[in-house]
Amino acid sequence: MTGARLPEGGLIDRARPLGFTFDGKPFAGFQGDTLASALIASGVRVMGRSFKYHRPRGALTMGSEEPNALVGVGEGPDHEPNVRATTLELREGLRAVSQNRWPSLRFDALALNDLAAPLLGAGFYYKTFMWPATFWERVYEPLIRRAAGPGALSGAPAPGREDRAFAHCDLLVIGAGPAGLAAALAAGRAGLRVIVADEDARPGGRLLAERLEVGGVSGADWAAGAWAELASMAQVRLMSRACVFGVYDGGVYGVLQRTPDGPARNVYWRIHARRAVLAAGATERPVAFPDNDRPGVMLAGAVRALLNRWATLAGRRVTVFAAHDEAWRTAADLAAAGAEVRLVDVREDAPGTAPQGVELVRGGRVTGTRGRLGLTGVRVRDGRGVECWREADILAVSGGWSPAVHLTCHHRGRPVWREDVAAFVPGPDLPPGLSVAGAAAGAVSTAAALCEGDAAGRAAAEALGRAPVRANLPEAEDAPVSAAAFWLVEGVKGRAWVDFQNDVTVKDIRTAEAEGFGAVEHLKRYTTMGMATDQGRVGAVLGLGVLAEITGSGIAETGTTIFRPPYAPVPLAAIAGAHGFRPTRRPPTHGWAEKRGAVFVEVGPWLRAQYFPRPGETGWRQTVDREALAVREAVGFCDVSTLGKIDVQGADAAVFLDRLYANPMLKLPVGRCRYGLMLREDGCVMDDGTVARLAEDHFVVSTTTGGAAGVFRHMEFCRQCLWPDLDVSLVSVTEAWAQTAVAGPRARDLLSRVIEGLDLADEAFPFLACGEGRFEGAPARLFRISYSGELAYEVAVRAGRGERLAEALAAAGADLGATPYGTEAMGVLRIEKGHVAGPELDGRTTPADLGLAKMVSTKKDFIGATLLRREGLADPARPALVGLRPVVAGAGVSPGAHLFAQGAPVDAGHAEGRVTSAAFSPNLGETVALGLLKRGPDRIGERLRAVDPLRGREAMVEVVSPHRIDPEGGRLRA
Amino acid sequence: MIIDHPLCGPRDAREFTVLGDAAWMDRPDPAAPDAAEAFHAYACLRANPAGVTRELWWHEHGDRSWLVVTRDTLSHAVLKVELAEDVARASKAAR
Repeated sequence: MTGARLPEGGLIDRARPLGFTFDGKPFAGFQGDTLASALIASGVRVMGRSFKYHRPRGALTMGSEEPNALVGVGEGPDHEPNVRATTLELREGLRAVSQNRWPSLRFDALALNDLAAPLLGAGFYYKTFMWPATFWERVYEPLIRRAAGPGALSGAPAPGREDRAFAHCDLLVIGAGPAGLAAALAAGRAGLRVIVADEDARPGGRLLAERLEVGGVSGADWAAGAWAELASMAQVRLMSRACVFGVYDGGVYGVLQRTPDGPARNVYWRIHARRAVLAAGATERPVAFPDNDRPGVMLAGAVRALLNRWATLAGRRVTVFAAHDEAWRTAADLAAAGAEVRLVDVREDAPGTAPQGVELVRGGRVTGTRGRLGLTGVRVRDGRGVECWREADILAVSGGWSPAVHLTCHHRGRPVWREDVAAFVPGPDLPPGLSVAGAAAGAVSTAAALCEGDAAGRAAAEALGRAPVRANLPEAEDAPVSAAAFWLVEGVKGRAWVDFQNDVTVKDIRTAEAEGFGAVEHLKRYTTMGMATDQGRVGAVLGLGVLAEITGSGIAETGTTIFRPPYAPVPLAAIAGAHGFRPTRRPPTHGWAEKRGAVFVEVGPWLRAQYFPRPGETGWRQTVDREALAVREAVGFCDVSTLGKIDVQGADAAVFLDRLYANPMLKLPVGRCRYGLMLREDGCVMDDGTVARLAEDHFVVSTTTGGAAGVFRHMEFCRQCLWPDLDVSLVSVTEAWAQTAVAGPRARDLLSRVIEGLDLADEAFPFLACGEGRFEGAPARLFRISYSGELAYEVAVRAGRGERLAEALAAAGADLGATPYGTEAMGVLRIEKGHVAGPELDGRTTPADLGLAKMVSTKKDFIGATLLRREGLADPARPALVGLRPVVAGAGVSPGAHLFAQGAPVDAGHAEGRVTSAAFSPNLGETVALGLLKRGPDRIGERLRAVDPLRGREAMVEVVSPHRIDPEGGRLRA
Repeated sequence: MIIDHPLCGPRDAREFTVLGDAAWMDRPDPAAPDAAEAFHAYACLRANPAGVTRELWWHEHGDRSWLVVTRDTLSHAVLKVELAEDVARASKAAR
């Protein structure tokens, strides 16, 4: 018989039955089940196939350390592979599928690998796939990937149901077993801000799996009571289903919380804790003997958990194979539940008498198992060396317990062997602020766990300046320690598994040792032991024990590898988060532009209108051409609110800006604007914009869209760190103003219909004037500046009035041909005019490179002044700004193309510059381009090759002035 | 990492932007005869100590203060946090 549900008992809610499917077949379980417990209770034993040999496997454990029972859950983009059936909470309608098998779990074609096992041992890849080298990527790896490995992702975009969160606390308690709960109670009662993170859906840890009493009630009830008391404390936060997977610098802990009922599937927490108590318990170790991996071979503690927590008898005929007293509880509990139990203890001198109804074999060994798709028999050698096969459906194994030391290794601490508990316990080099309590520290009894946890909680309170509150600990089991380690059944043939998930056997360890890879770190890499998704939580210590037996040196001398994060598998999607906190920024006229059918483009975090197609237009070029022509011939308007705007005020505002910009600002008159060129200290151009003086002590400066954050940071740096004596203050007002460029020969006509209170006649409001008028009764700032080279203004109104301004401009200018234009036409206009932008301001260009040398003041100090005078930056051979036009009419020139002299070889060494910006100019009827060319301004009229190897394009271009439209500037002064 | 801001209290390092060595605060005198060398060292040469270092951090998602954070690059422990404005004033007063 296989597993069956007992009629009563357990921590399941029998009033809430749940239906689910596994590989399409319907099953039933109860609220409180995991997928694994429900499957075992339904008689299912095979849940997966092994990684390399495709051996049928069932659940080995009942926890997050499970190496075998990995399944896929959900469908389509929601499909999540490699979910451990042992921690997956059952829910109504759950659809789980097995992995790594074809065509089915019961019949898997690649089980042939198992027959080829002699060829597939340790170092197999290194020895076999040596030659030819090119075959690795093209042939071997794809084949191996297909044959091996766990489940696959859906390939569809993630549904984005992940979230991230942050929390801070005084004490983080990792684990809610007896030690963790005692620590949390002690710390919480002392008033600390405590977070308790526990992997399980239910508090109690190991108590849930035992029949032990704590304080006179069942362990589960005591845990529930402690949890309720903690929940009543305002400064305590309880997190169940939350696995602490990593310890990072500065007391930061990475936590993955499953939130099956929340809007997110997983929440990735970064918890900053001043102190932490690791109370993560211990993991049971298997024993290496032939065919110890069959479905039905389970860890003794897992069999006990199935019985006590999930009211499931894993099998009727049970053999318990143990090396220590604690596993005798499994025999006793199973016998009490009516199973036929045989207890094989490796110790000749095992103390005590056999539990009621249990057949005890002292000094015995399990030397083999049988049953292809599930255990049917066990071969036992008794103390006198007599072997016989006995029928069995379950073999419960325990080679001892390994404390969950993993998190203590995350700062490179190394566990140490403790002979009295036969286990590696946390070493002395713990991560700062972390202490360890309970089974994780090697404590064996429940009473010891409670006591250590309580002490850790009180110590944390004391360390953080709180008076610990003394409380009596509940009565609990305090059995004397008699732990022993047992690794390997010697003197029998057959494959004995050590790392179940990566299919590493004793033979692989022997091979590695014989071939010179016997040091623990070498062994790990040569055999891949401990490198599967379970991080060797079940098998790694067993492997080290086996190695110690093989070499004859003790386990303490053999030592252990250490563990890295994550403690348990973490989906990458959970770390990536949905999209993080990255809001999309929309300019004030976004809604209006949407109504006009605009096409949008991402510019950093901003979404800007790229162009405004009209019905009947067949392509973006047609639209952009129309918009660019409208600006040159009539009037256009464009939202430029994304440009950074910084308000500068104070008695020393002018001095401050004069030191900041390369050109003079001190004597800028009130009511005037000036182009501002800002350098980095190394002399290269950092950003450009407009400086407008609204009052003696009040300026507003603009920055490029992309440079806004950096320029503001730089200005605050200069104010606070360099010139703290200046009376100046800065505020970023980018979001406060909706700014619209109105450009074209009819710009003045249009604006005078919309703006009141300001005389816009050229004499009253000339080029580079600024002033305040009113738009529909509210203040409007006007700046007469031009990016396009036309008569142009920028109008700034309060952000909330931006859409209204766009509506008003469109309505008032209908007869003038007022046309909204987007970033694409804006780019065309500025390239025609020869104005530099992002592609030219690439952080490597100087003012001279950009043809702006005359602007730079020689009479003052400013940021970048000294280093700008370096010889190399004054070299006339440096690439400098030129215009470029194709020689053949209709030819295109692409940005990024490199410039070569005719006849010169086309290679990196002979490139003389590059094309930075290019667009088709509807005003000139040809492509206009800007570029940086060595000695460029001296080479007007020269013909060069513009070669774009990336796009496989080439064009002959002529060097021209960058200012292709109105070089004298008559239009913008009109 | 937690930075104990003199005005805002302990804040997560994610609220800050780091600029680098606090030597950025000591802008050389452009009128000095060795200004070219001094500015070269100021802009380009940085010590990269394994141990205690002073860095400039900007509370970008906070009160916009520049801070001088003294920390140990070996342990990542924050040893001292000062307002850069105070440090700059004190260093000017000392000159």
